[in-house]
Parts: sequence; C-alpha cells; structure tokens
Amino acid sequence: MSEIAVLGEGRGEAQSPLPALSAPELDISSPADWLALLKPRVMTLVVFTGWIGLLVAPGHLHPVLAVAAILCIAVGAGAAGAINMWYDRDIDAVMRRTRNRPIPAGRIAPGEALGFGITLAVASVLVMGLATNVAAAAALAVSIGFYVFVYTMWLKRRTPQNIVIGGAAGAFPPVIGWMAVTGNLGLMPVLMFAIVFFWTPPHFWSLSLWAHGDYQRAGVPMLPVVSGARETRRQIVLYTLLLVPLTLLPWALHTAGAIYGLSALALGLGFLASVWRVARDRQDARGVSLTNDAPARAAFKYSILYLFVLFAAMAVDRLVG
Amino acid sequence: MQGQRDAVSLSRTESDALGRRRRGRNWALLAALLAFSALFYAIAIVKLSNHQ
Repeated sequence: MSEIAVLGEGRGEAQSPLPALSAPELDISSPADWLALLKPRVMTLVVFTGWIGLLVAPGHLHPVLAVAAILCIAVGAGAAGAINMWYDRDIDAVMRRTRNRPIPAGRIAPGEALGFGITLAVASVLVMGLATNVAAAAALAVSIGFYVFVYTMWLKRRTPQNIVIGGAAGAFPPVIGWMAVTGNLGLMPVLMFAIVFFWTPPHFWSLSLWAHGDYQRAGVPMLPVVSGARETRRQIVLYTLLLVPLTLLPWALHTAGAIYGLSALALGLGFLASVWRVARDRQDARGVSLTNDAPARAAFKYSILYLFVLFAAMAVDRLVG
Repeated sequence: MQGQRDAVSLSRTESDALGRRRRGRNWALLAALLAFSALFYAIAIVKLSNHQ
C-alpha cells in the first residue's frame, strides 16, 4: 500500500532450474513467489505504523481483535501490492529493480496475481469489519482503492507529482489502526496521516535521485526524470521543511507529550541536516551528482529510520505518559 | 493448457523441482486455510464473550 521504496525488492527471487520453460503453463511458482507479490518489505512499515495507530488510540481493543486488525492492514496492503504488480508488469519488466518480480520473470501468470490480490483485498476488508468496526473496514477499503486506482492506475504514469498524492495511500495505516480501536477519527490520526504523507516525497525522491535511470527506461515520470536532479533536491528540502514542524504539532497541541516532542525535534534536525547535504551535493552543470549520489543514499536510509523511531517515540510517549 | 504441458519435455531434475514447488504451494495453502479458520474461531469467541 505504502510506496515506501525498497532497495533490491524482488532480488534473488528467480528460482532456477526452470527459468526458460513456459512458466505460467508449467505452474512453477513457489510459496515465496506468492509472498513476494505482497511486497513483504513494504508491508513492514505499514504494519508498524498501523500498530502504532492502534497503540496510541484511546480505549481498549481485545488482543485477539488487535492482532486481527493488524493482520488485515498487512494483508490489505499486500493485496494492493499484488494488484499493483499485476498492473505494472510491463514497466516492472524493464526496470532493473523489479524485473525479477514473479510476474515479469514469468513465474506467476498476470491473471492469477490479479485474482490473488482481489481475493485478499476483499477478505481483509470483510475480516476487519467483523473483527473491529465498519469505519476501520471502510478506511482499509479506501486505502486499497486509493493505492490501486488513484496512485497505480491514474497518477503513477501521468505526473511527476505521483508520489506526492499517491503517498496518501501509505499514510492510511495509522488512521486505520486508530479507527479499529475508537471507531472514529480524531486530531491525532489526522496528524499521523499528515506526517507519513509529507515524509513520503523526500523519502522516495532520495531513492529516485540515483534510481532515475530505471524510471526513465520505463517511461515513469518521476520528478528527477521530468524536472532534473537539481529541482528534485530542492523539492526534497522543501518537503522536509514542511514535515519537521508538522511532526512537532502533536506536542504543541498537547496530543503527545515531551518524550515524543523532543524525539521529533532531534530526529527532525537530523533529517534536515541529511537533506541539506543532498542539496549541497557536488554536482555538474546539469545537476548530476559527482559523488554517485552518496548524500541521497544516506538521506534515503535515514528517512526510513526517521519514521520508525518517530512513530516508536509516539507509542513510548503514550505508554509512559 | 494440458496440451501445452504435454508439449514441454522435462528432464528428471526439472520434473522433481516442479513437484517440490507444487508440494510447497499445497502445504502453504493448507497452512493459510488453517490460520484463517483459527482466526475466525478466535474472533467469534472474543465477540461472543464480549456480548455476554
């Protein structure tokens, strides 16, 4: 669901000795291929932020129902990923990062992947409704629909702002977790949504700065392909400048305490320093990095750590405070 | 589909590999079905006990 970028995703999935055979007819897929359709590494962030949403929400949810809710968020995200892989199989085949995924590698037939994704999407929404409430189930359905229809089918191939608006899909899990407990929305889940939403562009564009060759080959209008590396670096800094004050709002509005606030401040300063180094990267006249995009690679790694620790601080603050 | 399968000639190693993968998938499907049943059972028990 989330468009958290994962390096090397799909790598090592090719399982010889049968690559040359007509794969879908021979049914050579293994359980690992079906699992790969769910983008398990992307799922980790989705599960984590969903779990934090559930933890910081006021109220109590029976542990069995909480586990069911998290499972539904994970499976819903995986289902959206499987449908995304079905739709994007043409561009996945030409991108180095994705060409070993089960569909372009010929280990799973496209139609089977689509059926798998739709089945899991429907099942996750139904079970969420049964285990928690209709509001959480509806939010899960909207997040899956947003990722599939708005991001994958509509925006991804049309606009360099794809990742900005599409990032909303990855921002849903904490909201769903919160709604699973409370059955309604509040200020805190809206802020959590906004944090993930504004975090996504600097996170993803840091990756696309050095992986834009792949997107160019596939004809995907990622920002560095359309507007160049220099503009991408500027946008990374701008979005981080918006993100950091936003992360302090829960503290300022008294929906989170000092543990969270001070952590957000320290982490935010670290993120700003990291993207500042991206902006100051040594580059040629066209803005192409002369350091093999070392600062962008570092910022990408930091962005993942940043979000994990930020949300963990939110949970610690709630449990301790 | 069956005709296409018949038309492809597999070595013994390839055939064994296919069999292993098919068995792996079947076991994974069984595990998923059992887990799904257990989940439904647990949800039902919790919901029923909450109503009492």
